[in-house]
Amino acid sequence: MVQQNSGYWRRNLLAGTLFGIGLAAFLDEAVFHQLLHWHHFYDKSTTAAGLVSDGFFHAFSWFATVAALVLVADLRRRNTWMPAAWRGAVLLGTGGFNFYDGTIQHKVMKLHQIRYNVDLLPYDLAWNIAALLLMIAGTFILFREKRRIHA
Amino acid sequence: MHNHHRGATAPSIDFSTGSIVLLLPFMLVTVLYLWAVFFSKNNLGWPVHKTLLWIAGVTFVSFSVAGPLAEKAHEDFMVHMEVHLLLGMLAPLLMALAAPATVILRALSVKNARIVTRVLKSRYSRFVSDPFVAAVLNVGGLWMLYRTDLFGLMHHIPALHVIIHLHIFLSGYLFTISMVYIDPTPHRTSFYYRAGVLIVALAGHGILSKSIYASPPSGISASEAQAGGMLMYYGGDAVDILLIILLCWQWYKAARPRNATSKRSEDATLPH
Repeated sequence: MVQQNSGYWRRNLLAGTLFGIGLAAFLDEAVFHQLLHWHHFYDKSTTAAGLVSDGFFHAFSWFATVAALVLVADLRRRNTWMPAAWRGAVLLGTGGFNFYDGTIQHKVMKLHQIRYNVDLLPYDLAWNIAALLLMIAGTFILFREKRRIHA
Repeated sequence: MHNHHRGATAPSIDFSTGSIVLLLPFMLVTVLYLWAVFFSKNNLGWPVHKTLLWIAGVTFVSFSVAGPLAEKAHEDFMVHMEVHLLLGMLAPLLMALAAPATVILRALSVKNARIVTRVLKSRYSRFVSDPFVAAVLNVGGLWMLYRTDLFGLMHHIPALHVIIHLHIFLSGYLFTISMVYIDPTPHRTSFYYRAGVLIVALAGHGILSKSIYASPPSGISASEAQAGGMLMYYGGDAVDILLIILLCWQWYKAARPRNATSKRSEDATLPH
């Protein structure tokens, strides 16, 4: 049986959220940059703040992917991995990153847009609503797990 | 496309001298390394893969500072960037993994080994091997090279060329050994500090790549700068992921649950 230890609960959330952020960044790079070529490596309207923000988020998510998986390995060898809570946190991390990317980075800092030479509104709406849904689903799972553990 | 002040003049005799000057210290340490592996009783059974890692690293260094690739790097920004990735990132990582200080220290007499460890333990060594200082020397040095006139000057002044290339390798090596501990490391820092610095350094490298993409260094055409900037960005990611995996792996080993008497492992494994 998994330990009902708040330290390990937090560590599971940390591992899940970090992995979610890494996953979102990886899918963003693989699907939107490399496969679809919708996103641009650099777009002329990118602000300096956008470059810095993107640089830090990219570096952080690159690190987070590896660190999160090592954290899961550590939780597993201590027999304290809570897969359901971890999955909830992954959704929260993925949604959170995409929401930040879709609002602050794309819109405020003008890092790049989702796609070029199209009407952006449906893309922006789809992107950010999907992100919000992921965050809501993740939060829901986390609350359910918390209640289940305390029951 | 080449530009006049670099492409028009083939690498002069001075740059060839520079190549030899650059190669010498690496050859010297390689001779020392091989001598330590093959002629010291204390290194019997030294893992073959470490010797091979060293040779691979030194081979990449040689390609970067001498021969056709190095000569082409004077004219072609893409090649320059390839050389930069080999010399400043991949070769230092391979050579750090080869544990040169361990193998050489074991082969030295006690008296000489003490002199070396005294240097390793010195305050100067503590300062330059601090992750933050190493990161500033490494990534800060690159910002200086590409965002000032230094890059243009480097192709005119052979001595400057030698110094900058030595700096690129040494700061890359220093940064690597400030992050992962393979050789004796008297001045250790916490995992979180190293992780934080690694993220900031990686960010600094990525931001500089995009800045090069957006505004070319002096004497570089826009298309060359774009290709070079992208190579720097993705190549940097590729080598840095290895460094991240090694750093996390070392944390994983260090954070293993201890025996039953330790509080942590009791919490983790025993039912209450």
